[in-house]
Amino acid sequence: MSNWVEACTSDDIDEEDVMRFDHDGRTFAIYRSPEDEFFATDGLCTHEHIHLADGLVMDEIIECPKHNGRFNYKTGQAKGAPVCVNLRTYPVKVESGKVLIQLG
Amino acid sequence: MVIIGAGECGVRAAFALRENGYGGTIALIGTEPHLPYERPPLSKETMVSDDHPLPRTIASIEQFAEQRIDFIGNSTAASIDRAAKSVVLHDGRKIPYERLLIATGALPRALPLAAGSKHCVTLRSYDDALRIRARFGPAARIAIIGGGFIGLELAASARKRGAVVTVIEAQPRILMRGVPEEIAEVIAARHRHEGVTLRCGTGIASINDTDDSVDITLADGMEIAADLAVIGIGAVPVTDLAEAAGLETTNGIIVNDWLQTSDPDIFAAGDCCAFPLAIYGGRRVRLEAWRNAQEQGSLAARNMLGGQEPHESVPWFWSDQYELGLQVAGLADEATQTIRRDLGDDAFILFHLAADGRLVAASGIGPGNAVAKDIRLAEMLIQRGARPVPAQLQSSHVKLKSLLAA
Repeated sequence: MSNWVEACTSDDIDEEDVMRFDHDGRTFAIYRSPEDEFFATDGLCTHEHIHLADGLVMDEIIECPKHNGRFNYKTGQAKGAPVCVNLRTYPVKVESGKVLIQLG
Repeated sequence: MVIIGAGECGVRAAFALRENGYGGTIALIGTEPHLPYERPPLSKETMVSDDHPLPRTIASIEQFAEQRIDFIGNSTAASIDRAAKSVVLHDGRKIPYERLLIATGALPRALPLAAGSKHCVTLRSYDDALRIRARFGPAARIAIIGGGFIGLELAASARKRGAVVTVIEAQPRILMRGVPEEIAEVIAARHRHEGVTLRCGTGIASINDTDDSVDITLADGMEIAADLAVIGIGAVPVTDLAEAAGLETTNGIIVNDWLQTSDPDIFAAGDCCAFPLAIYGGRRVRLEAWRNAQEQGSLAARNMLGGQEPHESVPWFWSDQYELGLQVAGLADEATQTIRRDLGDDAFILFHLAADGRLVAASGIGPGNAVAKDIRLAEMLIQRGARPVPAQLQSSHVKLKSLLAA
């Protein structure tokens, strides 16, 4: 499986920020870390299906905009109440300024 | 360890005891028959879902079992025997404690004029929500008494279900407590646009049941006939157990910085407690908010295990009505100056500064969660006691995150 999909360009996201990406009926969140690396996870919080892209990125943590559920967006790991289910992550690569994510 | 109250706060405390390494027994006592559930959806999703709504449980039976938390539902704590260090249940059962947490929450304030009315109800529990939901059909005449969050969220939900809705508020405008006028006006306009009638600035003279409806007469003589009236005029802390046990109470169970009551083995947290708020000079407040209930539940657990951590969070709450999301961080009553920042998409934030330049609160409104990120950043600035430059708060070209580094 090498289903790479273009999500955005690298300039679309500020460092230490996040953007929503919808594709084929699914929604994802694309992150740019303070170290200028890109990551991708499912777009909805595992607690109450809120779009994570409206949340705040601090270092490697994305915080749900509604209930402050926190995840490590690099690993998908849930960081404690109210979220206990991890986020699914996706491989990301940047080619010629384009951010591509691999959908399984 | 024993916890009285199985709402957000009590449940969080139970799990936090385990997360912090406690290995002994944990009893969690709740009055309702259901597995502990989240209350915020009751006025919103529970009212409008197409399918029969199930309570959104906080944890599963398996999770309680895994963490060896003994959830005792359908049970009321009748008294606290401080000398014997045990909680006496209504059926006479005694549960001994080493440390006790009271997390009994708050109950809807009663409206004396509505006493005895069959058609006036309040919302606190999932069962209340089901009863109200059943009456929210198309063309049902619904009166909402009280233009606070619960009342307005119910008004929005009732409109979505096709009901004819009138909101009655004695104050000159809706959301007088805790929401700036500029934001309350956006919400009021949104309700009017949906066809909700807002009747502000008029008290109620009388409430009389007829056979299958209720007649509400306002102080100015206007009469409103409703099939159902929902009363949402605030909440009162549940302190009777604490009072009967001789603990200090004044609008809530009095606790110190560590959420300890006047008995060092008894803690109180969430809506039922009045606590010193460190970031506002230790003034005593009582909050009725979901996140506070969670945070204080965790904090109480750590301090029950011997910690001495003070409560240092910034108050935060939200409300959703139609597609609008409102969020408020901090307490604005010290504010002398307000700065508006427009975020686009009809979203904006008001920053409230005290006379010494400290940011003390921020309130925002917009579609969905448009204000969430910036309110969260504002909360961090408030926490740090930051004195941001007003022009930078105002300009949407200046990133709020950059102010955190200052």
